[in-house]
Amino acid sequence: MLPDVSAPPLLEIRGLSKSFGPVHALEGVDLTVRGGEIHALLGENGAGKSTLIKALTGIYSRDAGTVRLAGEAIAPATADEAVAAGIATVYQEVNLLPNLSVAQNLYLGRQPTRFGLVQRAEMRRRARDLLAGFGLSLDVDAPLGEYSVAVQSLVAIARAVDLSARVLILDEPTASLDANEVEVLFSVMRRLAARGIGIVFVTHFLDQVYAVCDRITVLRNGRLVGERETARLPRLELVHMMLGRELSEATHDRAPVVDEAKGPVVAAFQGIGKSGYLAPFDLTLRRGDVVGLAGLLGSGRTETVRLVFGAERADCGSVAVDGRPVRLTNPREAIRHGFGYCPEERKTEGIVAELTVRENIVLALQARRGILKPLARREQDEIARRFIRLLDIRPADPERPIGLLSGGNQQKVLLARWLATEPRLLILDEPTRGIDVGAHAEIIRLIRQLCAEGMALLVVSSELEEIAVYADEVAVLRDRAHVAMLAGADVSVPAILAAIAGETLRAA
Amino acid sequence: MRRHLPVLVTTAVFVAMFVACSLQYPNFASTRVVANLLTDNAFLGIVAVGMTFVIISGGIDLSVGSVIGFTTVFLAIAIEHLGWPPAVAFVVVLVLAALFGAGMGAVIHYLEMPPFIVTLAGMFLARGASFLMSTESIAINAPLYAEISSTVIRLPGGGRLTLIAILMLVVVLAGAVLLHATRFGANVYAPGGSRASTEMMGVRVGPATIRIYLLSSLLAGLSGIVFSLYTSSGYSLSAVGVELDAIAAVVIGGTLLTGGYGTVFGTFIGVLIQGLIQTYISFDGSLSSWWAKIATGLLLFAFIAFQQLSVGLSRRGRRMAGVTAP
Repeated sequence: MLPDVSAPPLLEIRGLSKSFGPVHALEGVDLTVRGGEIHALLGENGAGKSTLIKALTGIYSRDAGTVRLAGEAIAPATADEAVAAGIATVYQEVNLLPNLSVAQNLYLGRQPTRFGLVQRAEMRRRARDLLAGFGLSLDVDAPLGEYSVAVQSLVAIARAVDLSARVLILDEPTASLDANEVEVLFSVMRRLAARGIGIVFVTHFLDQVYAVCDRITVLRNGRLVGERETARLPRLELVHMMLGRELSEATHDRAPVVDEAKGPVVAAFQGIGKSGYLAPFDLTLRRGDVVGLAGLLGSGRTETVRLVFGAERADCGSVAVDGRPVRLTNPREAIRHGFGYCPEERKTEGIVAELTVRENIVLALQARRGILKPLARREQDEIARRFIRLLDIRPADPERPIGLLSGGNQQKVLLARWLATEPRLLILDEPTRGIDVGAHAEIIRLIRQLCAEGMALLVVSSELEEIAVYADEVAVLRDRAHVAMLAGADVSVPAILAAIAGETLRAA
Repeated sequence: MRRHLPVLVTTAVFVAMFVACSLQYPNFASTRVVANLLTDNAFLGIVAVGMTFVIISGGIDLSVGSVIGFTTVFLAIAIEHLGWPPAVAFVVVLVLAALFGAGMGAVIHYLEMPPFIVTLAGMFLARGASFLMSTESIAINAPLYAEISSTVIRLPGGGRLTLIAILMLVVVLAGAVLLHATRFGANVYAPGGSRASTEMMGVRVGPATIRIYLLSSLLAGLSGIVFSLYTSSGYSLSAVGVELDAIAAVVIGGTLLTGGYGTVFGTFIGVLIQGLIQTYISFDGSLSSWWAKIATGLLLFAFIAFQQLSVGLSRRGRRMAGVTAP
């Protein structure tokens, strides 16, 4: 049942803006939530969802714009004030106390007391009643930590709703829940909506949006893209709204597909998966081929890479390297088989900012040799010089701390680190993120050159145009599962978009 | 049941030890031994109650031994050299101790400094201050002291329950009520679970932290008064290392050193276990009193190992029970 459209909105945000220095995190964003509706707030990385929520809940101050709750202008300066006004938030990481009882968690700071003493029996009774309203029957004296994350989320929601029952913001509450738990959460959300509460639901799972949400607001790069009724918004259009591409725009200068014989298989993954993490998938990586991984944020791209590299342990499926079955239980094994991995978070997972370019380049090679066989300084110098020349790293000074290089050059040093180990399979996670346009083209040129030399590449990228240019095959992911495998002439931006949206491409 | 396992184990260990001692020495199981156990460990019991609050909140207070030492010297000088009435000296020293603790709590919270360092500084400060006042042991001859020492409740069987033992029992009871049955008590547990979550839930961590360290120092001051009554003197070197005995009692009593879990009753039993080891050694007569330290060390180690184990077990097997799609 859709809420009454003529009723005044419960929460009305108009023209909200927020800047951090020169960066506009939000620019004139509107959001309208009616009482009794579940409203999805969607957007990719950097869309401004978190900023919007933080501006709404008093954690950030806003630069411009108005927030009206049931027609009344509000400007909460702290999280407490937002709660007092009637806006409660439950985050993905449950912000409750695992060591306290369920009842204490529900009533911390507002326990019923008499003569300064907590009325335990009364508190227990209230907790049980409150939870019963959510269809939960728990041992309210048990420490919260004894329950699953799903139950903890529900307790957090119960506390939030009990504190202030007008607008409830759920920030990715389903990220670590399994299908049954998600169903329980949804039924609780529907109950709350039926009571007239307005729910803002942030998620990366499109299926969940269509399962439970009445309306959708999409943000992109800090701006409002649009607000739609879920029932009248086809998935493909939603994906376009989120990624900001029109089918007609999708032109590309793909190199002509040469029908040469496929290279030998370097690594074959069959039915690899991990429950609650990523559905089982098949993946075959060949010499001289680039396989792209495409999908929305949170669709399972990085998860795929971590399973392939052994950083996460698969609980089913088999892996064969050069046709021989192997077990990849940790990254060291993967490196031993000739895998290399350039992670997405350059700053936190990749470079060691204080070390020099030379030291960063030889890091993986040295790790592979073990500390007992140190690389001679002369060898190190030679390797560093070779890759600086090969990848055109600037400035061409092997003794400069890597932290002083530009993003594009840091990325090249990371590439060099893995190339120095002469990997047979190189995994690149968002190789072109955060580097300037010129460097983009160069990284892509490098990718092409590497596979021409016979390396197998697995590349994660949000830049669909880029993937369409260099990938021989594209695995498309949605909602933590591989949903399509595009190959050869089928690799195109429209085809990838359609697969992400879960529709087959109509004659294009 | 599993929640109370550490306390139950501690209690069982105490009972078993007591029974074993009684089997070896027929005179052991008497009200005299029990009353002396309470009297001899009154100061430790009082200060350990405060330490329980601190450790459950995720902190530590290394200054309490020095605060006890400071208190005894302060009382000796105020009463013997300055001629203050003991009651006035008591009140003044308690106020001083409370301010000292509140100050440490404020530094810990507002300057975001680790409790270990802040209270270590407090330990040196308080100990140094007591040396400044006097390096001699000063006997206290005030009539009130004699009166308090001679006031006892005679128990059947020859035991003499002293006022300081009774005071310790009262502190344990009051501490248990404060910790387990008030909002303040819940706010002590909360930051031991997660400081960030506690703040997100609207609990003001700052005032709670100040109150926790205030309470710990206040009880250390009270413990100092008891110690000066017990020894009828003030000495700047008294109660050296008592903070560690108190921490040991708290941990043996089932409180998690990382915070979040624990009980006052467990701490009380932890104090009694340490006292029991001492008593056993004095009954034996031939053992060096340093064996008490070794036994305490072994027990401490065993209890921490046990805690790690039970924490590990409770991480597994989380419950999804009771959840059904309505």
